[in-house]
Amino acid sequence: MSELKIDCALATSIITGFLRNEITKFGFERGIVGMSGGVDSTLSAFLTAKALGPDNVTGVIMPYKTSKPDSREHAELAAAQLGIRTEVIDITPQIDAYFARMPDADKLRRANKMARERMAVLYDRSQALRALVIGTSNKTEALLGYTTLWGDMACAINPLGDLYKTQVRQLARYLGVPQVIIDKPPSADLWQGQTDEGELGFTYEEVDKLLFRLVDERKSRDELIEEGFAPEFVARVIQMVQGSQYKRRMPLIAKVSTRSINRDFRYPRDWGR
Amino acid sequence: MRPASKLKVRLVQLNPRLGDVEANVDLHMEAIKQAIADDVSLIIFPELSLTGYYLRDLAPEVAMRVEGPVMSQLARLSKEIGIVVGFVEEDEQFSFFIAQAYLEGGAVRHVHRKVYLPTYGMFDEGRYFTAGRRLRTLRSKWGPMGILICEDLWHPSAPYVLSQSGMYYLIACASSPGRGIHDQHIATAGTYANILTTYAQLFQVYVLFCNRVGYEEGVCFWGGSCVIGPQGVSVAAAPQLEPAVLDAELDVAAIRRVRLQAPLTDDENLDLTIRELERVRRERAED
Repeated sequence: MSELKIDCALATSIITGFLRNEITKFGFERGIVGMSGGVDSTLSAFLTAKALGPDNVTGVIMPYKTSKPDSREHAELAAAQLGIRTEVIDITPQIDAYFARMPDADKLRRANKMARERMAVLYDRSQALRALVIGTSNKTEALLGYTTLWGDMACAINPLGDLYKTQVRQLARYLGVPQVIIDKPPSADLWQGQTDEGELGFTYEEVDKLLFRLVDERKSRDELIEEGFAPEFVARVIQMVQGSQYKRRMPLIAKVSTRSINRDFRYPRDWGR
Repeated sequence: MRPASKLKVRLVQLNPRLGDVEANVDLHMEAIKQAIADDVSLIIFPELSLTGYYLRDLAPEVAMRVEGPVMSQLARLSKEIGIVVGFVEEDEQFSFFIAQAYLEGGAVRHVHRKVYLPTYGMFDEGRYFTAGRRLRTLRSKWGPMGILICEDLWHPSAPYVLSQSGMYYLIACASSPGRGIHDQHIATAGTYANILTTYAQLFQVYVLFCNRVGYEEGVCFWGGSCVIGPQGVSVAAAPQLEPAVLDAELDVAAIRRVRLQAPLTDDENLDLTIRELERVRRERAED
């Protein structure tokens, strides 16, 4: 665990500075966060409120009819503690209207559709509120690809994308996120009884230790096995990281010209800012 | 002429706007005018202070010639103050360099072109820039000075050569990205502190480290500019992660005292070093 330990004061200072800087230099003052009642989106809201002030943050709560009631309760609890505004937008009507025409859709398609519906709502509300969408994906789920492409990953800027799940928990504890949110089993709440760790088949504690060594320390498969990680576990995680690489990059462009976007036309995103 | 023995320096830990030279020139002009009003002798800006760091394809668009209008504008102010400023230099062969200019007495007196361009990990400098090929000191009003830029400092041969040329002040300009948050100090800051303190102590010089702040492309620049005396002791230090102006009084007599105690620089056996390095080069060539 010690290698994953972070200095929370320093992390807060860097990340809140990042939020303030990258939001204001694009001419915005406000942020909008989709709040699920989980630790990631709650931490995102806490950091954004600290960076911009609570008056400049809106939490959007987007339940579906099967969402657990405590998801919404926890989001509201966190929002009340921060003093940020919330909007509750029930996505049941549009999800059900769509799947009425696709009755055969399996639960993965339904889950992805919900994640993308929430993204579409967030982007619409961000336009109305002149706010930027603040990301809530952590490094663990992004590396594992345990996320919906153009769904929960979608955002303007992401304060959590370089923090492993266990580091998200440390920072959440430090910033005073309600204990009940930190303690509950992580879940995308996309179907009843779903938990991340149940679905993945390993705990975040275990996989973060492995990912830190694999990604941050660039250790080889053999070195990891020698350190005591089960060979099947190592193989599976490496496969997940490799198999989801496409989710972490922009779509490929067929190169036909002499200067193609992002290949040899390379400008910084913060161009002129 | 014997150089003036005392000077007041100012390190400007600023946050330039990426690719907007005009806005950055304004920031510089304002800071320089204020420094003149405050009786500062020498003002120092970080690496690429006129352009910002993550330029990528913007590099040729913000590049300037030493004899161009921006340097002339700054040079006019240098009649009253020494100025160290960071920019992208374009030469007559259309090569581009990360450069740091020294201006004094109304003209550009010296340009250091970054020798070591990190092109690994998060860095991509070798793709956009050409490496400098010179390590030279310059004679300022206050004595001999060497300028290095960021990655140059991670190669001890660079300050070694400058030290052997005769140096009082090592000006270390950086756009150093912060990474590593396991401790209360950014990991990069800790490593830099070791390196800079060691140089001050071993080369018996003042080290003036000027690092920028702000964020580009999600990356933070950590600031923490500092002045370290020739004994290897901190003279002044700016906060991390926020814009700051750091002033310090330097005294050449402090360098003299340290060198009297232990004439390390004078004792250095340059011929031996060169002979052994030539042997190493010969042996490597034979491999």
